[in-house]
Amino acid sequence: MAHNREEYHDHDDDHHQHGSELSEMQLRVRALETVLAEKGYIDPAAIDAIIEAYETKVGPHVGARVVAKAWSDPAFKQALLIDASKAVSPLGLLNRIGDHLIAVENTPKLHNMIVCTLCSCYPWEVLGLPPVWYKSAPYRSRAVNDPRGVLADFGVTLPAETAIRVWDSTAETRFMVLPVRPAGTEGWSEEKLAALITRDSMIGTGLPKNPKAIA
Amino acid sequence: MTDGIHDMGGMHGFGKVEPEPNEPVFHAEWEGRCLALNRAMGYTGIWTIDQTRAGIEELPPDVYLSSSYYRKWALRLENLVVERGLAGADEINAGHALRPGKVLKRKLAAAEVPNTLTRGSFARPTQAPARFAPGDRVRTKNIHPATHTRLPRYARGRVGTIEALRGCHVFPDTAAIGNGEDPQWLYTVLFDGRELWGDCAEPSLKVSIEAFEPYLEPA
Repeated sequence: MAHNREEYHDHDDDHHQHGSELSEMQLRVRALETVLAEKGYIDPAAIDAIIEAYETKVGPHVGARVVAKAWSDPAFKQALLIDASKAVSPLGLLNRIGDHLIAVENTPKLHNMIVCTLCSCYPWEVLGLPPVWYKSAPYRSRAVNDPRGVLADFGVTLPAETAIRVWDSTAETRFMVLPVRPAGTEGWSEEKLAALITRDSMIGTGLPKNPKAIA
Repeated sequence: MTDGIHDMGGMHGFGKVEPEPNEPVFHAEWEGRCLALNRAMGYTGIWTIDQTRAGIEELPPDVYLSSSYYRKWALRLENLVVERGLAGADEINAGHALRPGKVLKRKLAAAEVPNTLTRGSFARPTQAPARFAPGDRVRTKNIHPATHTRLPRYARGRVGTIEALRGCHVFPDTAAIGNGEDPQWLYTVLFDGRELWGDCAEPSLKVSIEAFEPYLEPA
């Protein structure tokens, strides 16, 4: 281990979830970036480009377009559930979707929820970077043994007869949830449907928005 | 590391999940730079994704629990950089290179970044036919290696059903310790909640893991 414990604990009082550790971390990460750039390992322009991509290009709007299309086009939905990587790539939402993306379908009888108990595996290409709660100890510990309790933390109550299936992302397979299309959206365009689809509804900790809220 | 603090499935006491309305992509500028530095260094090919996961798991448990996600990434990157001799702790402390860098396989250019948003494939040619088929009953092994594994504690020694075969993939347990990719068949294994949690689980709960063939034996 490169750093002794003193170094980890230099600013013990400062580091909470985020915010107050900012100044320590700002300096620490800047020092690391400077060293790596001076050594010739990284190009700061590439660092800027990566940040810009995750702030502006990749995000849950990509997954929402996928779900809206699946709700509108039965042949696409079938292809999505068979091989999501193959089905999503031609949509041109991103350069290409990498391998091992798996879409799992919610029904009135079955609700799917995605977690990574060991780290923070998440379908970045279709949902962007994971939210803090997804990477947090409360979610990672409880999703697998108390998913209904977790849903309650999100203000979601499912009917007792809806069974829950939790997918623990313990390998390089990546999962996204295909939520149930809300009633009252017959004839809606894909664009309008996409506005109903939240990030959490594609993780399984939420449901699509109520159509009346945006109609 | 295997039985570390990172293996959180089923632990009690962490409290409620706290969703943050309108959460920003990054909560501070350094978080974005930290993420991007990790990505750019990964691109050089000097370490594998499994080695970076192991790097997070090796943080002391109290540091792991009290650090934000991107702080863990920053500490992990510092450690990997120093361990691989890419820079000295003295240089990181000084905030400047004091010696010339090593030559790495490749360097990420800004123009190449859009292509790196697509994940690489972890599928590899098979070494042997798959041992199990969908519908087979399997028991996960009761393993506790001192090094990295992706078989979570809560799902060891449990009986489940093979639900799907996901192809033959890089085996994290060997890739994480520099012992090569040793590709293994990957399965989705489905467990009844009661098999994992006893009577505490609600009867309808089902939980699956993605399990590599060496984690499994016939049940």
